[in-house]
Amino acid sequence: MIKTIKEIEEIRKQKREELDLRININAKTKEKHILVCHGTGCTSSKSPQIIDNFRKILGENNITNVRVIQTGCFGLCAKGPIAIIRPEDTFYAHVKPEDCEEIIKTHIIEGNTVDRLLCKDIDGTIVKRLDELNFYKKQKRIALKNCGVIDPENIDEYIAFDGYKSIYKVLTEMTPDQVIEEISKSGLRGRGGAGFPTGKKWSFAQKEQAEQKYIICNADEGDPGAFMDRSILEGDPHSVIEAMAIAGYSIGATQGYIYVRAEYPIAVQRLKIAINQAREYGLLGKNIFGLGFDFDVDIRLGAGAFVCGEETALLESIEGKRGQPRVKPPYPASKGLFGKPTVINNVETLANITRIILNGAEWYSSIGTETSKGTKVFALGGNVNNVGLVEVPMGTTLREIIYDIGGGIPQGKAFKAAQTGGPSGGCIPAEHIDTPIDYESLAQIGSMMGSGGLIVMDETKCMVDIARFYLDFTVSESCGKCTPCRIGTKRMLELLNKICDGNGEEEDIYKLEKLAHIIQKASICGLGQTAPNPVLSTLKYFRDEYREHVLARNCATYTCKAISTIQINPEKCKGCGLCQRKCPVNAIKGEGREIRTIDPEKCIKCGTCIQACPFKAIGN
Amino acid sequence: MEVNCVNEKIKKDMAEILEKYTDQKDNLIAILNEVQEKYGYIPQKAQLEISEKLKIPMAEIYGVITFYSRFTTEPKGKYNISICLGTACFVKGSGNLLDRAKERLKINSGEVTPDGKFSIDEVRCVGACGLAPVFMINNEVYGNATVKMLDEAIDKYMNL
Repeated sequence: MIKTIKEIEEIRKQKREELDLRININAKTKEKHILVCHGTGCTSSKSPQIIDNFRKILGENNITNVRVIQTGCFGLCAKGPIAIIRPEDTFYAHVKPEDCEEIIKTHIIEGNTVDRLLCKDIDGTIVKRLDELNFYKKQKRIALKNCGVIDPENIDEYIAFDGYKSIYKVLTEMTPDQVIEEISKSGLRGRGGAGFPTGKKWSFAQKEQAEQKYIICNADEGDPGAFMDRSILEGDPHSVIEAMAIAGYSIGATQGYIYVRAEYPIAVQRLKIAINQAREYGLLGKNIFGLGFDFDVDIRLGAGAFVCGEETALLESIEGKRGQPRVKPPYPASKGLFGKPTVINNVETLANITRIILNGAEWYSSIGTETSKGTKVFALGGNVNNVGLVEVPMGTTLREIIYDIGGGIPQGKAFKAAQTGGPSGGCIPAEHIDTPIDYESLAQIGSMMGSGGLIVMDETKCMVDIARFYLDFTVSESCGKCTPCRIGTKRMLELLNKICDGNGEEEDIYKLEKLAHIIQKASICGLGQTAPNPVLSTLKYFRDEYREHVLARNCATYTCKAISTIQINPEKCKGCGLCQRKCPVNAIKGEGREIRTIDPEKCIKCGTCIQACPFKAIGN
Repeated sequence: MEVNCVNEKIKKDMAEILEKYTDQKDNLIAILNEVQEKYGYIPQKAQLEISEKLKIPMAEIYGVITFYSRFTTEPKGKYNISICLGTACFVKGSGNLLDRAKERLKINSGEVTPDGKFSIDEVRCVGACGLAPVFMINNEVYGNATVKMLDEAIDKYMNL
């Protein structure tokens, strides 16, 4: 049923009042909403069952003023599955399906909080409300504004929070030139990694003359350990669709494609629903708002090739071919999809567009640093307490993200390095932990912004092994088109394997460096040009670790199994047997209070015993 | 005789799938995704049907299938163990899980046990980084996984 702007405004007004309790703790209402995260992380730990249980129990008790809403990611994945009760904003962590009855009975019926499910902050204080958590205090949510607030499968809820207002504003008040000018002034740069100014990209495509142009949303988030784009698509799909329409109006395109990984079934499903709802309301399709502008969006599925995140490889893939990059120039802005001018923007970049149009370029450019404006979403993972999704103003330091927001390193271990930019990025050591995060600063210290994966590593991680891990990744993901990347990365991996297996020579380190520089200079696309970064940055900051592997044939962290033997120090062992109970392969011998020994034949060097020993008696 | 039966069945299935698409060449990946989903792999007969519909040579289709890691030309085991090797899982020790799975089942990743019961897959990020390290057996996710959990899970399915 096509809606006029008047009808849309009516939906907005009515829904906004109804949903005031979602964002206003003092909302005057008799209703309550139980928001349950339905992102990929919480879904894996049974959040759909939690939603069903809540609904069932509410029904059994004839409670009609409480609604259960499935939302996108709240960000704090480490505490999932999460349920939040609004308007009072009570935050329940690690909820299990069997807890639903108690929550309904105690919280909803009796009006008390279920204390055992309240979230504990890192310092041990019990937190009742979401915004009291340290995790949220330093964040600023622009791209994630609606994630965890609205039901992503309900277009009315998106409309309630200023949805489809920007596209109307653009179509009625702005010329394409003005839109591009506004985006340029905001200072928005591509969030996919390279940081190309978005306004400039649009203006290149706008200047091209062609009967057909395309807008593509790059949702092929292949960086292992990154899930920003997935969470935006799962939590707020309409914001991306609306932004694509705005981009389409600006450059003169009438067709958009979202290229999304098939490995993201929930995101794909939400997008399908969102596109259908938008079409039904006439917000996609012919003659939007009756203003003579046509724009439609279709989904194209990827099939698990990291290189397809590279824009020209992505174009090949949409055309149904092997995803091998094209030689540039010509750039996609002049010859892109099916040879037509094309703009390719990343999901997070697009998620910023509607907010910039509504709040103005000045507002946006007031956030961030001199050269990097706005905010950046990071998928914080690895050895950090608050694993999850965080959005911070550009210029926030790594220390603030890891310690203030991330709550530090588990088990009081020391910070060793943070990895940004995934397989294209580098490791940032402790000495640079106070570097402000923006495009230039990260590049200066040998890493890159990347799409937003931020993996924290503690002192037990071997940096040679990490470099090997990334090289292994690029070798299997190299498309094979150009020689430096196809063969060069393979040779680098062989050298790293040699070092990790205890057969390395000092010369190998120099060979690695030389190869790395050649691959950087001679590869066709971004994948090859950046593939050596993990090796170069670890060589820069952790060269001694490489030398120890090569010269002393020792891996201090017991990661490289060929050159580490795990032994129990008989002087420190108290015979408690804790290691024995934890050992998954029964490799530890000894009875009662006897001093334990490890059978090297059986030992798989998993390191479980090292973690388990309270007396630090196990090592090499 | 049996092969003919299977081929007839695939032909019928494929007709249903292909009916939904035009014969434009850019539909190839979408069709392959659907076939992969249906059978767990892409049978040769299905490739032939696609080739005829889209007028793309078999060799080119084979090229596309082998390029993308989601597509396989061999069926997977009844219980497919996917071990996440995304960075978040890797730094939390999923490498140990992979080693253990290979050791227990005596196959490499990408292979199937001779009885067809198990297969091992390395996957890059299933998106459950909050639960790292993660492995999956078919669609069931095991979060905060340990070698012991993996052992127990394998034992369970071994006896089924």
